[in-house]
Amino acid sequence: MSASTLHRRAFPPNWGARATGLGLVVYAIYALAQLDITWARLRIGFGEAGRFIARMWPPNFSRAELLIEGLLESLQIAVIASALGILLALPLGLMAARNLAPWPLAVATRGFVAFCRSLHYVIVAILFVKAIGFGALAGVAALTIASMGFIAKLFAEAIEEISMKQVEAIRATGASFGAVLVYGVLPQVASRFIGFSLYQLDSNLRNSTLVGIVGAGGIGGTLFAAFKRFDYDFVAAILLTIIALIFVAELISGWIRALLR
Amino acid sequence: MHAGAMQGLIIKGLVKEYVPGKPVLRGINLAIAPQGITAVIGPSGTGKSTLLRSINRLVEPTAGQILLNGQDLVPMRGRGLRMARRRIGMVFQEYNLVERLSVMENVLSGRLGYVSLWQAWMRRYPEADIARAFALLDAVGLQEQATRRADALSGGQRQRVGIARALMQQPELLLADEPTSSLDPRTAVEIMELMTGLSASANVPLVVNIHNVDLARRFAHRIIGMAGGEIVFDGPPEDLQPEHLRQIYGGEDWL
Repeated sequence: MSASTLHRRAFPPNWGARATGLGLVVYAIYALAQLDITWARLRIGFGEAGRFIARMWPPNFSRAELLIEGLLESLQIAVIASALGILLALPLGLMAARNLAPWPLAVATRGFVAFCRSLHYVIVAILFVKAIGFGALAGVAALTIASMGFIAKLFAEAIEEISMKQVEAIRATGASFGAVLVYGVLPQVASRFIGFSLYQLDSNLRNSTLVGIVGAGGIGGTLFAAFKRFDYDFVAAILLTIIALIFVAELISGWIRALLR
Repeated sequence: MHAGAMQGLIIKGLVKEYVPGKPVLRGINLAIAPQGITAVIGPSGTGKSTLLRSINRLVEPTAGQILLNGQDLVPMRGRGLRMARRRIGMVFQEYNLVERLSVMENVLSGRLGYVSLWQAWMRRYPEADIARAFALLDAVGLQEQATRRADALSGGQRQRVGIARALMQQPELLLADEPTSSLDPRTAVEIMELMTGLSASANVPLVVNIHNVDLARRFAHRIIGMAGGEIVFDGPPEDLQPEHLRQIYGGEDWL
């Protein structure tokens, strides 16, 4: 080893990263101290939790009709909102992709998509309930906007990551813009688009059970009513049914994904 | 075909500046006959690719005229540009196949300037196009690969598909931008043989950018040497002397 090698460092220390890490640790300790969590508070909390769980057992499925009605409505909200959201997201995602859309259009579309994503879907659901009244329509509208914003952003990012060489080759054949999309862009993003869409359907199944709490249709309303009436055994039945639904959806989407591979 | 049929390619005063005031091409004047093989040699970054890409307008020329069989391509926009592009086939260094489409779909994409979007989307190409695609796949030696996905092919096979796609356009001009630089020496020769042979039998002039001076000498009828955005040599391969190569590439230790 020559003398000069001793003075050359292959991995110079990153003092900025070290200082940031230390700062985060200090802040976490400080924040925990501020929360004022004591052993006594924890003991009371866990005791209450035990009693609550005891009252949930056994789950009461006697009002199965109400349960299934709510669940089917949730399912419909989820499917319709996903389908509409994905359909609207396709052109939006394309218009927001900076490598294909002219930049003023891309910037404007990005602004619109960010606007759609800025409010949580429950807040949007409350707004729609106030605007167009109680029921599934408000839930569909709220989840459509949320899905559209989320999927459009992912679509745009997927399009921005494609290989432009393939697009260029198709362009060089004299293909129209539509043909460039169908041959140069779509093949590169199709499987990811389907993945995003399945993921969105999956999360909409969950989300659609929640919008009912604010009156936007589905099983959430039934669940909220059961909570308010302290029918904890019925609450347990509803929760188990939702879990079962999500598991089945998980199985189906996994199966579709496997088919696509 | 139009009035100025078979005049070949005429380039007048072609300038390209990616950054204003720093021209990559400094007024290229060039006439390419409507047949024959022209090799463009020169160091990296001297504007060979820019020259080729200006012709089919993947790069926007800053100034000048590019006449293909009498028609100036530079002012073309929109539909007119697409109509012009379909007359020019291009073979790329990294093949630029659509990886997730089949070999057949890649070859047929050479017809996208001719078929409607609906036909393209539904893969309803005219019978004649499909027959021609099969014939081209036979010609490039990929008889059995039509239904395979492009990303399953080797480099040499991919470039064969690239050549078939370009010829599928029935072009009036074939451009090849470093078509062999990503290939091993033996495959490079095979690809050059195939490309020069097919373009000659289709009677299409071929302009090929190439790093490899030996390959240029071996296959081209005419060699154009570029340095610093200008043409510094233009003549048949036998006229290309070491002093020309010194002028094109600089230095002499490598000769």
